[in-house]
Amino acid sequence: MILDAKHAMQQKLFRQFAETEFTKEIQDALDQTGEFNWDMHRKMAKYGFMGVRIPKEYGGAGGDYLSYALLVEELARVDSVLSIYANTSNSLGGGPLLLAGTEEQKQKYLPPIASGEKIMVFALTEPGAGSDAGGTVTTAVEDGDCYVLNGRKCFISGAPMADWALVFAKTDLKAKGSRGISLFVVDMKLPGVSCGAPEKKMGINGYPTSDVVLEDVRVPKDCLVGPLHKGFGVAMQTLDGGRLGMAAQAVGIGQACLEESVKYAKERKQFGRPIADFQGISFMLAEMATDVAAARELVYSAAQLKDAGKDATQACSMAKYFAAEAANRCAYKAVQIHGGYGYIKEYKVERLYRDARICSIYEGTTQVQQMVIAGQLLKK
Amino acid sequence: MKIFVTVKQVPDTSGKVAVKPDGTLDRASMQTIINPDDLNAVEAALSLKDALGCKVVALTMGPFPAEGMLRELLAMGVDDTVLISAREFGGSDTFATSQIIAAAIDTYGVDEDDIIFSGRQAIDGDTAQVGPQIAEKLHLPQVTYAGGIEKDGNTLLIRRMLEDGYMTIRVKTPCLITCIKELNTPRYMSVRGIEECFDKNVTVMNYDSLKDHPLIDRTTIGLNGSPTNIYKSFAPPVKGAGMMLEGSGKETTDKLVSLLAAKHLI
Repeated sequence: MILDAKHAMQQKLFRQFAETEFTKEIQDALDQTGEFNWDMHRKMAKYGFMGVRIPKEYGGAGGDYLSYALLVEELARVDSVLSIYANTSNSLGGGPLLLAGTEEQKQKYLPPIASGEKIMVFALTEPGAGSDAGGTVTTAVEDGDCYVLNGRKCFISGAPMADWALVFAKTDLKAKGSRGISLFVVDMKLPGVSCGAPEKKMGINGYPTSDVVLEDVRVPKDCLVGPLHKGFGVAMQTLDGGRLGMAAQAVGIGQACLEESVKYAKERKQFGRPIADFQGISFMLAEMATDVAAARELVYSAAQLKDAGKDATQACSMAKYFAAEAANRCAYKAVQIHGGYGYIKEYKVERLYRDARICSIYEGTTQVQQMVIAGQLLKK
Repeated sequence: MKIFVTVKQVPDTSGKVAVKPDGTLDRASMQTIINPDDLNAVEAALSLKDALGCKVVALTMGPFPAEGMLRELLAMGVDDTVLISAREFGGSDTFATSQIIAAAIDTYGVDEDDIIFSGRQAIDGDTAQVGPQIAEKLHLPQVTYAGGIEKDGNTLLIRRMLEDGYMTIRVKTPCLITCIKELNTPRYMSVRGIEECFDKNVTVMNYDSLKDHPLIDRTTIGLNGSPTNIYKSFAPPVKGAGMMLEGSGKETTDKLVSLLAAKHLI
């Protein structure tokens, strides 16, 4: 796709920012300590990255899904975890409020999220409800002017830093499956809210993930987002957009694998010549480049479909499915091309290999994407 | 109060440099960037705008594609832009260019408290002449090589950087200051700035809009009116970027060894 002038300028900004600001020292520190880099969060916020897709009237930049995809892709190309810093507010954090929030809720929550002053996270997954989000057992029981929440959410990205969490909880205890689930904004400082210890992850270190435990948390009624018992639909619609972002992240990771491999294949000499001269290596490069280009087109066209207001559920799942698998294929080949050096932490592809692995797992596994795609095909 | 910033679109010297038969640069066939020192001038202007709330106007002379660069400046926070572009201005040397830009600034209107910022020099010509010549043509005081700028009432306190030290100069507005890269770190465009920059106006000043200005004389503008004859244009020999290793002797040695090992040189 040939980008128009505006999107080309955005791409230039995101690339320039990532290449300049995401130094090797910062990347290494994130991977080694796993700690959140507040300075980087603030710097991204200053240039409006947190509110790319949030409308101007709520303090954002008013960009579209394509702008958002370009943001995540370009940041991920330099550092996968730092792309998540700017992703959450534009997808799972801000998304549900944009979709289902009242005007009052949008005015209250979106401006501080767009400015980066506050962090909102998305708490859907539970120990027994991963891909099957309908298995939610966290409950919200009406009590006077509040709902009382009890339960445990797990793998919540960004929970340790969050000011608010969007919590999905069962409000109609008799309803089966995905029915009777509602969505609440929960202030993380409320009595009864606590976070588990940050998980020790294989990759994307530097954006802590933990459990969120809710014990008799009294949430005011005006924190209900969208209609009562109808939270599951909001979750699914939000995940469409989130999948697009994660597909863009996978494209960025794939692109990084490709660039590192091309550079290395030209530099590394064996049998008296650069390894790029060998067909076994050059064909792997060709496969990687084609994979990345195809994934990118799927992502951009899904973004355009969403921007045109068309149903993009299938397109987003296809983009996520293909891009995530492509990123994993690219990461495998990148390490293979680097040989033993690719297994050493000193080399970027070692981290890319670990970071790529999550792409086909979070925000809907590859198999869930396949279920969505097949479901769309077969309902017609 | 206004701040004018003069900017130039220059060939990206990290790419291929093309030269036309008359010795001038074939700009149309090269990748272009905003001249780096000019970005320091833009940042100086925007920092003063942040502090004082004044208006920032960027001017450039060049072919129409330079409009893209002006839109990037709008996305950084510049308020108004002027593209000086006409066939008659093509091929101008620094003498002719500064005359035309000075005429454009004068046409826009210079008030008592206005400032003009220019970059020290452009990476394509390396002359450092246009800024000072604009000041001369407009009969304004100038301070070159600014490494520090403080606004104090209707004066500016400039730290003028020299090879072996610096001098502090107080200058009254209106004046022209040329900026060096040590002055500041230019900001990026903002996402919102990009969203809005395409709705903003880029004023074009062509030959007709400037021809009645006393500084514009057909015999002293364009290639024919330029006293400089270009003997030869060439790209400086390519040198790999250097890298500074910081830390203790042991640390830097370890880093050096791992860098050399990474490139399979040891």
